[in-house]
Amino acid sequence: MTLEKPFNEDDLLDQQINAGQLQAAGQWAMVWNKFRKHRLAVVALFVVGFIYFVALFAEFLAPYDPGKFDPRYTFAPPQGIGLFVDDGAGGSHFQPHVTGFDIVLNPTSFRREFTPDPSQVIPIGFFVAGQTYKMWGLFETNLHFIGPLDPSQPMFLVGADRLGRDLLSRTIHGTRISMSIGLVGVGLSLLIGMILGGISGYRGGMIDRVIQRVIEFIRSVPTIPLWLGLAAAMPKDWPPLQVYFSILVILSLIGWTEIARVVRGRFLSLRTDDFVIAARLDGVSEFRLIMRHMMPSLYSHIIAAITLAIPNMILAETSLSFLGLGLQPPIVSWGVLLQDTQNLRAITQAPWLFVPGICVVVAVLSLNFLGDGVRDAADPYAK
Amino acid sequence: MLFFILKRIAGMIPAMLAISVLAFVVIQLPPGDYVSTYAAQIAQSGERVDSAVLESLRQRYGLGENVVVQYFKWIGGIARGDFGDSFEWRQPVTELIWGRMGMTALISLCTLVLMWAFSLPIGIYSAARQYSVTDYLSTAFAFLAMATPNFLLAIVLLYITTMWFGVSVGGLFSPAFENAPWSLAKLWDFITHAWVPIFVLGTAGTASLIRIMRANLLDELHKPYVEAGRAKGLPEARLILTYPTRVALNPFISTVGWVLPALISGELIVSTVLNLPTAGPLLLQALKSQDMYLAGAFILLSGGLVLIGTLVSDILLAISDPRIRLS
Amino acid sequence: MTDKPILRVSNLSVDFPMHKSVLHAVKDVSFDLHRGETLCVVGESGSGKSVTARAILQLVAKPGVITSGQINLASESGEIDIVALGNSGPAIRQIRGRRIAMIFQEPMTSLSPVHTIGHQIVETILLHEKISKEEARKRAAALLDRVRIPNPEAALDRYSFEFSGGMRQRAMIAMALSCNPEILIADEPTTALDVTTQAEILSLIRELQRDRGMAVLFITHDMGVVAQIADRVMVMFRGEKVEEANVFDLFARPQQAYTRALLGSVLKLETPAPRPTRPVAETPIAQINDLALHFPLNPGFFGRPTAYLKAIDGISLTINEGETVGVVGESGSGKTTLGRTLLRVYTPTDGQVNYRRGDGTTVDIASLGKAGMKSLYGEVRMIFQDPHSSLNPRMTIYQIISEPLRTNTDMSEHQMMDRVQELLTRVGLPADIGDRYPHAFSGGQRQRISIARAIAVRPRLIIADEPTSALDVSLRHQVLDLMRDLQSEFGLSYLFISHDISVIRYFCDRVAVMKNGRIVEIGDVAQICERPEHEYTRTLISAVPRPDPRLRADAPA
Repeated sequence: MTLEKPFNEDDLLDQQINAGQLQAAGQWAMVWNKFRKHRLAVVALFVVGFIYFVALFAEFLAPYDPGKFDPRYTFAPPQGIGLFVDDGAGGSHFQPHVTGFDIVLNPTSFRREFTPDPSQVIPIGFFVAGQTYKMWGLFETNLHFIGPLDPSQPMFLVGADRLGRDLLSRTIHGTRISMSIGLVGVGLSLLIGMILGGISGYRGGMIDRVIQRVIEFIRSVPTIPLWLGLAAAMPKDWPPLQVYFSILVILSLIGWTEIARVVRGRFLSLRTDDFVIAARLDGVSEFRLIMRHMMPSLYSHIIAAITLAIPNMILAETSLSFLGLGLQPPIVSWGVLLQDTQNLRAITQAPWLFVPGICVVVAVLSLNFLGDGVRDAADPYAK
Repeated sequence: MLFFILKRIAGMIPAMLAISVLAFVVIQLPPGDYVSTYAAQIAQSGERVDSAVLESLRQRYGLGENVVVQYFKWIGGIARGDFGDSFEWRQPVTELIWGRMGMTALISLCTLVLMWAFSLPIGIYSAARQYSVTDYLSTAFAFLAMATPNFLLAIVLLYITTMWFGVSVGGLFSPAFENAPWSLAKLWDFITHAWVPIFVLGTAGTASLIRIMRANLLDELHKPYVEAGRAKGLPEARLILTYPTRVALNPFISTVGWVLPALISGELIVSTVLNLPTAGPLLLQALKSQDMYLAGAFILLSGGLVLIGTLVSDILLAISDPRIRLS
Repeated sequence: MTDKPILRVSNLSVDFPMHKSVLHAVKDVSFDLHRGETLCVVGESGSGKSVTARAILQLVAKPGVITSGQINLASESGEIDIVALGNSGPAIRQIRGRRIAMIFQEPMTSLSPVHTIGHQIVETILLHEKISKEEARKRAAALLDRVRIPNPEAALDRYSFEFSGGMRQRAMIAMALSCNPEILIADEPTTALDVTTQAEILSLIRELQRDRGMAVLFITHDMGVVAQIADRVMVMFRGEKVEEANVFDLFARPQQAYTRALLGSVLKLETPAPRPTRPVAETPIAQINDLALHFPLNPGFFGRPTAYLKAIDGISLTINEGETVGVVGESGSGKTTLGRTLLRVYTPTDGQVNYRRGDGTTVDIASLGKAGMKSLYGEVRMIFQDPHSSLNPRMTIYQIISEPLRTNTDMSEHQMMDRVQELLTRVGLPADIGDRYPHAFSGGQRQRISIARAIAVRPRLIIADEPTSALDVSLRHQVLDLMRDLQSEFGLSYLFISHDISVIRYFCDRVAVMKNGRIVEIGDVAQICERPEHEYTRTLISAVPRPDPRLRADAPA
């Protein structure tokens, strides 16, 4: 809305120039300003930040090693955290704890039946010593963010799985794998997408037409069968890390098209924008023209495209792993964890197995909100 | 118009060839050739391997010759309706695939139609009443639906029906109808079963189509021709439905191009979870056991299905948009 | 005009609640509109003239609201207050299109792209009258014939995108007139059109008004158009009515300071600016010989182009040192392409551009290599039409202006800083705005920044592509005067591209008239403007509405 415009603008010049900091605000300040108005996106930013924080410090945050199993606790239900312990003399004192189980083997169904036993108080605490692990593979420590004071006692905050493994620890470790697949996969897609999209949009002509046809084609192929086909071709005896990277490559081989589309579109319109022609007529070199005059208009759009591509990667990884053609145990990802839900009997007995699924939904939801917010704020100069 | 359709069909040929090459690459990817895998398979089951049979198979697929020859033998076979043999099922792929592929196409088509039927009015209403309660609700639904992987939705649905209603909702037919010929009763049985996969499959797609329709229409609502229509005295509802909606419909029609691939992808996963007699579980099984001629045929046919869908949407688009028809 | 007015607007106010404040788009505006008269509402962008027009049909766009006032439409049963009718419901719809019709600025987008012209007109008729479809179609054809669309029967079944801008506006007028409205509101109906098309549409509107005795409310920013068609004029400024008068009185005796200023800046452009006498012996700085640029049309994937778009089709033109050569033409004439080809934004397909450099050597720009061009970018500069798109929104003013210094000189950062401050002062802006971004400035200020960038390195020839057409009229001569001062200061030559003959006459020494990629006539500005020889030039010049109502046929003696 530009209804107001000065008649004699010289009168208004001083006034306008002193009117506030926004006048001197650079691109990122403008983007942030516009982004901030999108409340949900700001909330989503915090959620995404939290999820990546969890992914980064998974070993420390998880009470146990994801592989630690204890058949005694097969499908143990989640324990609630109590804060005060009855001291037996009518009073109580502050002591965070979980309640132990009374375990009975049901003779007809052969299932273990757990009933909370209030007399078994398992004190828990923050920054406790537990299993030793190598933080980021660098240094050894046994410090855990949360855990039972006595490491031999059970603590299953969100329950245990079929082998009596702590689902919370597994989900936290799964966060690292799933979120990193999204991030690294998008990084790889970005590389391909930027190069091909950039060439396509900047050069135009024949190369552009060829790349466009390829993109159109890839987008028209149903992705899952193709992914599956490629994933199935992986030798079954590959080590986990190799599988991880192969899955990454497979996902990004198809995921780059959207980024290429965005980059190409922006380059195409930028190429004929007056300010780019003006820079060319300033005698600016080709390299500087791209890096200094064109790329800055691209960053925010690319960030938006990336943010919106990560959830697709996560969903794809989850689906592939769920079907058993993606990551394989012992790697723990959300998709691998969700394999357990394929068994209807298991989920009727242990509905907490859906927890990794909730994580997927929350992560994808907040990444989508975040991406939407960034996309809307990406061009703060548009009317 | 006829010329337009012919031109589009001609334009599909390179894409079809590319898909066939892709499917062939997938067939070729696993280590070892088909006949040795086949031989190993038979040997494993303890039967005697007839080397003459193996030799004739090698001949048939051109194994040992170079890859290009193999490709042409394979594609030549397909042109005659021969997709090769499934070694796992010991049957020609053709016998296995058509019924299942037909079911996949049927489910996908039903889902597509229902997705449109729901997303179109909701999207229009959402845009026309931007920032209303309905708009917020549909937006919230859309985001949530887009964030839920459809296999998860399928499992949750299975869990809920099992826990609360005590019935399982898998499959497409009751056992009584599974092999029965089509009849009204079977159709009804199909409907009572098919709503589950259609619901699961359609949710995410409906959500994104609502978002697209809403965005398209919001773009159009502020165009001068809408104001011009208002200025000539058109009632608001009729104005929105006849003018901007008509224009916004065109990009909406062309979404078929990517909705269909997504549907077929989704169908594959959902049918595995719900154990439907469609292409999905068979393909998955084929991939897991590296039964590559079967897998290749599925990939080829699902690609073909998408191409046909895109062609139909192109034709619809040309009917709907004079700018495309007349240029 | 003693009869009762057909429309009485009294104390109309329209507000737009913005993010944190309220924008008063129209403030307490009152006026009358009589049968058979044309009332022009004139004002610059942001004056509230369009909002006023829309308020009459209750078409104010969200979030705008009519906060007070009455709009009384005379009817058989007394007066109807349109404000009281609200913006929806059958009562207001009875008025829209039937009693008051409207035509809009953008003929390209005011008609639906997916419905035939006939469908849209017939729909309007059937909406308000109970007649058969066949009759409505017959009437629609008659209307198209009336607005002089050739072959009206066939035109009914065609789509708007198959017509040119002028034809679309005719179709729009036919649609507006389909129910014989008593009032026609025209919101800048000719602004998007070329000047010759504008002349045809204006005379069509005038003719139809006389035939039907309609009242016309004509919104425009162009004083020339006002002088040509208005009976009475209302001047608006920032949402307020400044002055209302008979058109002859207004031009002869403007009462308010704003009106005088507005007319002043229009009339200033009517008389050529004083310019230095040209030396008798001219030294050419650039000689364009048979320059051509043909774009291939419809290239297939591998196929050869079947036809060429001749954007420039054999142009020869000489620019002398210190001279200002104008290029005038309508849209699609190739004038902008010509300007850009001279700087090799496009590579010409044929011809030479012999440019004499500052050191006396001559180079052919048309065939110059990359390195050669690079050395020229400091000498030959360009100023763009749209100051909003020609400044990178993500760079500061300092970065923008210093960019040519960085690539064409070896100044230190410190020297560049000083130079940019000096340049900003020179173009009339404060020296300390270097760290601000373009969005902090208005159109006129931005154009000054563009000029500062153009003169940063000592240029010799500046190609100015419509530098004033995105600006309000009161700013145009300011920018032109600045360019004129810089010319005498630095001895610049200009190639000045414009569609506006009055700006050309104000600013240029010689002018070339372009049509379809060719120059149809070239000569001294005074000669072209007063004694045009070519038929097309004559049409072009006579089509320009002059801001002087006394030139009208119906002017009082």
